[in-house]
Amino acid sequence: MIEIKMPRLSDTMEEGAISTWRKQPGDKVAVGDVLVEIETDKAVMEYEAYQAGTLAEILIPEGRNADIGAPIALLDDGAGRPAPAAPAASPKTAAAERSRPTLVANTDSAAPAPALAGSASPRPGASADGHANGASRQIASPLVRKLVRENHLDLSRVTGSGPGGRIIRADIADLLGAPAAAPGSSPAVVPGAPAATPTDVGPTATVPAASAVSVPAAPTASAVSGPTAAGPVTPPAAEVRGSREAPVSQVRRVIARRLTASARDIPHFYVTAVADAQALMDLRSTLNAQLTESGRVKISVNDLLIRACALALREHPDVNVSYGGDDSGVMLIHDRINIGVAVAAESGLIVPVITDADAKTVTQLGAEARKLVALAAERKLAPAQTSGGTFTISNLGMFGVEHFTAIINPPESAILAVGATTREPTVVGDALEPRYRLRYTLSVDHRVIDGALAARFLHTLTGLVENPWLIIA
Amino acid sequence: MTIMTYRQALHDTLRAEMLRDDNVFLMGEEIGVFEGSYKITAGLLKEFGEKRVRDTPIAEEGFAGAAIGAAMLGLRPVIEMMTINFSMLALDQIINHAAKIYGMFGGQASVPLVIRTPGGGGQQLGATHSQNIELFYAFVPGMKVVAPSSPADAKALLLAAIRDDDPVLFLENLALYNTKGEVPDDDTPAEIGRAAVTRPGKDLTLIGYSRMAHVAAEVAASLAETDGLDIEVVDLRSLRPLDRETIVASVRKTHAAVVLEDDWLTYGIGAEVAASISDGAFDYLDAPVRRVAMAEVPMPYSKTLETAALPSRDDVTVAIRQTLAAVGHRTAPLALGVPQS
Repeated sequence: MIEIKMPRLSDTMEEGAISTWRKQPGDKVAVGDVLVEIETDKAVMEYEAYQAGTLAEILIPEGRNADIGAPIALLDDGAGRPAPAAPAASPKTAAAERSRPTLVANTDSAAPAPALAGSASPRPGASADGHANGASRQIASPLVRKLVRENHLDLSRVTGSGPGGRIIRADIADLLGAPAAAPGSSPAVVPGAPAATPTDVGPTATVPAASAVSVPAAPTASAVSGPTAAGPVTPPAAEVRGSREAPVSQVRRVIARRLTASARDIPHFYVTAVADAQALMDLRSTLNAQLTESGRVKISVNDLLIRACALALREHPDVNVSYGGDDSGVMLIHDRINIGVAVAAESGLIVPVITDADAKTVTQLGAEARKLVALAAERKLAPAQTSGGTFTISNLGMFGVEHFTAIINPPESAILAVGATTREPTVVGDALEPRYRLRYTLSVDHRVIDGALAARFLHTLTGLVENPWLIIA
Repeated sequence: MTIMTYRQALHDTLRAEMLRDDNVFLMGEEIGVFEGSYKITAGLLKEFGEKRVRDTPIAEEGFAGAAIGAAMLGLRPVIEMMTINFSMLALDQIINHAAKIYGMFGGQASVPLVIRTPGGGGQQLGATHSQNIELFYAFVPGMKVVAPSSPADAKALLLAAIRDDDPVLFLENLALYNTKGEVPDDDTPAEIGRAAVTRPGKDLTLIGYSRMAHVAAEVAASLAETDGLDIEVVDLRSLRPLDRETIVASVRKTHAAVVLEDDWLTYGIGAEVAASISDGAFDYLDAPVRRVAMAEVPMPYSKTLETAALPSRDDVTVAIRQTLAAVGHRTAPLALGVPQS
């Protein structure tokens, strides 16, 4: 039996969440088969089998977290303790967990007897409640635990909707095979008439179905079911507006943690500049007309800005730095200019990084940015594609935002918040003229960058935007 | 059936019991000539005379002791402590004598004593005159403590208390005296130690006694109307003995409970009820038992602060909504930020 452990899939990963099990207990697994999709702080990643065998047991159900290195499943490779002959969707009750070794033991006389004698002791590495990681104990209300015991239900696929993810009666209505009634009108469940079946001898015992054990018979419940029922009817949930709890995804938790740390620890200050973007827009339209003509992909203002920032950083290497922390006595000056592009993915903010942005053409930058954005949308970014950034650009211009401030993405020391490029009345000589204008705000870590330096950086950047040929030169 | 006030029900029952049994007599401060601070004994001095309606000095320990002696020798005294706050002056008589004599002396004498006394705040009577300390008596084996919330129960439980051979603390409530309700004409006593399901329901069990049983019924009725909720209300009626059976049976049915009390939260009667639910209905709970109680302060005199300190209908509603939300009922917006016990 091989323990499949939670892998480390990114440098900053501390724990992972099981997103989807692609193999189920009983499935044959070949080397290279995708076993499971794991959600890390950065992305959802496929995890492949390194050994062949049969998936014996899933230890961490979907939606649950495990620390790196914690066992998440057992793979039967034919050696050691075998899996039950029948594919067993194991009921996750403590009783079932503890009784399994006994049942299993009898099927293989070759297994060492002493180990089996202590059948009540949980598997090494697993806590008594059957979970590999004590911290990930599945919380269920006492009522749910009783119903699980009586009906031999498997909670491993149930997501708790109660406070703190507690599994409540309403969450297992389907498993009980009862009509999804309001929790209060719950069917009174009586112990199964054909006595309690042994905990888990085979598939039949583990499949709850409507195994004749639940009797919808709340004696006083006159309004339990049916549209004809008289009396007050609880309005459907959709009709009532209120507050409800929603689980916070792994991605969102990382965003919360990192941005809280940034806002708390970094003394931010903000410098805003406005650039005349007429030339930039003219250049872009000329360029795009020619690019289209020659069958190439068009470029965007953002592509031009990425390169402009890269060039400005090259001119001001003191901005391309990281504060090393109060105890280190150093700051890091980065030779490489790696620019992160903030992407509003459905799962939340993610910042893929374009490495060596100063050494790439605008067309290259555009192609790379589009590729990264598409990967971010599918949550397929590799860890390397989201790390190593030295500066970030966050652009809300497409939403018509005039200007805004951004929170620095540590360990970087600056982030540029870019507003919309809009036509505004502009003083040219002594006349007013409609011209494109662009506002951006640099958020700066004052521990390593002073106001004058930030201003000089913006001055350089504005110079590039207003003389855009320098950007593509 | 007659509709009458809680006050009237008490008065009529006292009178009826005095007519029925010559051994029943009354003692207390200002109950005779002044006819009682809350007029429960109005007219009784005139009707029964000084021998059976005795005004006492302001000496709670003294007349409680006298009543205990009288009870041991076969009379059935019903004494009035002007408010439960003053009963503390007689704690030693009640707890060390009334409650223990039967057990300590091998059952040679029982103490068929009734101590009528109102509890409750909300009347701007200040910290020392607004307490709910029935717990002191409900704590003590040998005592019985009943707490009617309706005129009908005021009658039925007073009948039971007077006819019971043990000392009974009969808890009234200042806020209930003027409440009205139907009272049966016959004189069937209640069973001491039996709670009542005053409103059957299936979504949640709401448990209270005295004024809070009254509040519970009101809130349940109001939520049935506004939210279509089907809340079961259990009126404890008796704090010792406590009817754990009825409580547990209800929670086993509804899977959720909110416990109300007018006294302080910590170590309160609600704690005992919640523990009983944990003992008897643990496997039936879909959410933690929630308690609503008074703020843990000496009762403020200021009307605003006093109102804030007492558990309100809103507090009860919020606790119900939060508990129902925890079991998957997403019926109504939570009033977030309301202080919650």
